Parts: sequence; structure tokens; C-alpha cells
Amino acid sequence: MDVAEQTLLTGQAGRRRCVSLLAGAMADELFAAWDALKDKPEAKPVRGPETGLVMVRGRIGGGGSPFNLGEATVTRATVALASGTIGHAQALGTDKQKARLAAIFDALWQEDATRDHVENAVLAPVEYRLASEKKMKAEETAATRVDFFTMVRGED
Amino acid sequence: MYVAVKGGEAAISNAHRLLADRRRGDRSLPSITIDQVAEQLGLAVDRVMAEASLYDRSLAALAVRQSRGDLIEAIFLLRAYRTTLPRFGNSVPLDTAAMQVERRVSATYKDLPGGQLLGPTFDYTHRLLDPSLLTDEEVDEPARKPASGEEVMRVSDILAHEGLIEADGDLPQDHEAGDLTREPMEFPMGRDLRLQALARGDEGFLLALGYSTQRGYGRNHPFVGEVRIGEVEVEMEVPELGFAVSLGRIRVTECQMVNQFKGSSKAPPQFTRGYGLVFGQSERKAMSMSLVDRALRADELGEDITAPAQDEEFVISHSDNVQATGFVEHLKLPHYVDFQAELAMVRKMRADIEAARAADRGENEMKDAAE
Repeated sequence: MDVAEQTLLTGQAGRRRCVSLLAGAMADELFAAWDALKDKPEAKPVRGPETGLVMVRGRIGGGGSPFNLGEATVTRATVALASGTIGHAQALGTDKQKARLAAIFDALWQEDATRDHVENAVLAPVEYRLASEKKMKAEETAATRVDFFTMVRGED
Repeated sequence: MYVAVKGGEAAISNAHRLLADRRRGDRSLPSITIDQVAEQLGLAVDRVMAEASLYDRSLAALAVRQSRGDLIEAIFLLRAYRTTLPRFGNSVPLDTAAMQVERRVSATYKDLPGGQLLGPTFDYTHRLLDPSLLTDEEVDEPARKPASGEEVMRVSDILAHEGLIEADGDLPQDHEAGDLTREPMEFPMGRDLRLQALARGDEGFLLALGYSTQRGYGRNHPFVGEVRIGEVEVEMEVPELGFAVSLGRIRVTECQMVNQFKGSSKAPPQFTRGYGLVFGQSERKAMSMSLVDRALRADELGEDITAPAQDEEFVISHSDNVQATGFVEHLKLPHYVDFQAELAMVRKMRADIEAARAADRGENEMKDAAE
């Protein structure tokens, strides 16, 4: 793998993380970060926001061939900044405002001037919240783990 | 001749107004919010999502409220809603091994990696009505313990090491997963289509069929290898990006049923499996689904088909409660003309029989007189 390819991959992994965290963000978190933005960019809608369905697939036996489990609502948006940068967003649910803002933040993340704001005001807090929620759930579940013990009979 | 009859409009409109009133109930009580339904009647919401085959907690809660708690009506509402939306694509198949487990129990292994995690279960409660719920008492925060971080290993993977259990179900490489919502049903169908039908099938119907296999109608000696409930990531390939991204998380229930199998001309003695995967938290449904999935594999495994739960066409054709309720409930709609036609026919048949009897009696009387 040459250097150019490697950069592309880190770029892709970074974008993947960004888009996925924006999907996991709550609308309130995005609104707060938008309000905190000093120079609000103009963003032209390219597509949507629009709500549709994704067919959620499972695997037979958990790891076998795919089958169609059922659908889920998903809302997506694509916007273009004045600079021409395109932002995409898609998340489960029907919240169109959230999708529009997430698409704008995706576009802002791609621009050097605004990437830090998106990282600090959106991605980091969302990542932290998701991790805390995950940890709390794991601990609540761990408290319900059965500790089997065997009664030792004093026969000797 | 076809005669259009009108005149129900005012009655229908007032009936719907009355329905809205009864749905609201006693106005001196606060009205219930969608968030309250989603949070406090969460398992009803889960059932609606599963059988409507549409994952959306808020919309399912709205449907429960709108239907006054009639869950099949709520399922119908959500199914109708989904037909109004375009489909953006298919998800990457869920990875249930990577689930954030909230509950996992196994009936086949006591000590297994990840342990027996009871989670928020009704099991081991005494099923006594709880008077504290009559009022709004403070509820304790859940207990917490440091998580071990140990991987919650799949039971099927543990058994697989010994080679005594069949693998996950694999269809031919070039097989594209069938979709009931796009193609008409044809029998026999692949296991992928059956699982789609069972995942949206009526819980009560599948429960009864699963129970019937336990009672001897197509017995298949099941053990719960494991049941797990928790959240999984939904990912979709986005063409504009050129890679898969997370859309968020959904809660699912998965059941791996392990069945003893003495072998047949088609397969050696081994453990076979039935699989259940359901939207939301619904252990009863996932377990029933896996019993029925296994029963419906009778033909594939070379077993005799003797019981209703093994009859694919019977099971799959009657598992959908929206279809079932549509056809049963349509009987109450006006059938005035059909019934008039049948009434006229029955009257005529009756008259013909009576005329024939009268003619017989006449002949007999003539005979008696002659003798």
C-alpha cells in the first residue's frame, strides 16, 4: 500500500466515524452545536431531507446467509456549502431537521477551517455520551449476572 | 343490475367522532403522551414494531395510542404507513455476535463465556400483582457492577468446535435474499423467506404452533441454546460515500434453539437448529419463531411431515395477522346483496323439497285408496 492509498484510507475511516457519530447524535446536540457556530454557513439542499425505509437484514442462524428481517425508518439529507463541499447524512428515525443539520456538519467536517469545531462541539461530546451510555448499560447488565456456587459438604 | 346505496356518511363521521372521544376517555385524567407509551409500555411498542415489520419506536407508540391499545389495529396502522415510503436500500446484515447484550441466558451450558445475564426479565418474579404500582412510588436506580469485558460468546460457536451441531444456515452463494413485500408468495419457499414471514408473524399464532410441537405434533426435542437481547448497529452502504456507515442502533431479540436429531437418510445424527430473530425485546416470540423455523425444516432434514407446524403452506399463509384480520373482519361489512341472493336460493330449495314431498304424499294416498 503506498502513501497516497494510506491517506485515502485514513480519510475514509475518519469520514466514516464522522458520519456514523452524526447519525448517533441527538437533535438537541446538533442544534446546540449549530447555535454555538459563529459564522453560520449557507447550505443549499441538494437532496431531501427525506424519509424512507431501509430493509434491515439478519443472517440465518446468526452467521449464515442473509434474510430480510424487516424495515426501519431512515431520514437522509444532502447539502452543498457555498464552497461546493457536499455533506451527506442518514439516520434511523424520521427527524428531518436532524438530518439536515447532520449533513451540514458532515460538510463542515470536510473543510479544514471548520473541522475542529465539528470535532469539539459535536463529535467528541456525542462519542463521549455514547460511550458513557454503553458503559452504564454494561454495568447494569453485569449486576444481573448469575454467580453460581456449589455448597461444599463437610464429609471428611 | 348494480344499485349503489348511499347514506352512511353522517353515521360514519359521528362514529369516528365518538371513537375519538372514547379514545380520550375521562377528560379529568391527564392524556397519555407518545413518550410515555414508548417508555412505559415499551414491550407493547416492541410487539407492534415486530409484527408491523417496521422499526420506529415513536411511530409504533403513536399507533398504540391511536388504536386505544388494540395491538393488531396498531400493527395495521404501521403497515399502512410503511407503504407510503420509498425504500433507500438494504442494510448490511446485522452482526448479532457484536450485540451490546442486555440479557443472555443459556439452558444448555451453566458456565459459558460471558455468563448468564438475566437483564430486565419477568422470570423468577412471583406473578403477584404489585400494589406499589397503584400509586406513583419512587423506583430504585438499577444496581451496577463493573463489567468484565468478557466476550459474550455464541453458544452455537461453542458447540461447533466439537462438530456435533450443524452450521449456520447457508443458502447457495448466488442466492439473493427473497423479499415477501416485493414478490408474491410461492411454495415451497426458501428458509430466508420463511424467516422473514415468521419474524413478522403473529406472536400468538407462532406461540401456539411452537407449543404444539412440544406436545407431540412434530416433536423436535428443543433446548434453548441461548436467548440474547440487546442493541445492534444498523449499517448501510451509501453509494455517494462509497462505504458503509452506521445509521444508529436497534434492539433485537435472538434465539438459538438447539434440537436433538437422530439422523435421517439426508443428515447424520447431530444437533440441528431453529433460529429466531425479532425486532425489540420479545423472548416469547423469538423462541416460538425458532421452534417453528425448526419444525418447517422437516423436508430439508428428511423427517416425516405429520403435524400442522411442519406444513409450510399452512403456517406461512396464516401467520400474518394483518392479512388474517382483514379477511376475518371483512365479514362484518355489508353483504346485503350476497345474502339476498342466498336467501332466495334457500327459499327456492326449500319450496322444491316441500313440493316434492307433497307430490309423494299425494301418490301414497292414491295408492292407499286404491288398495
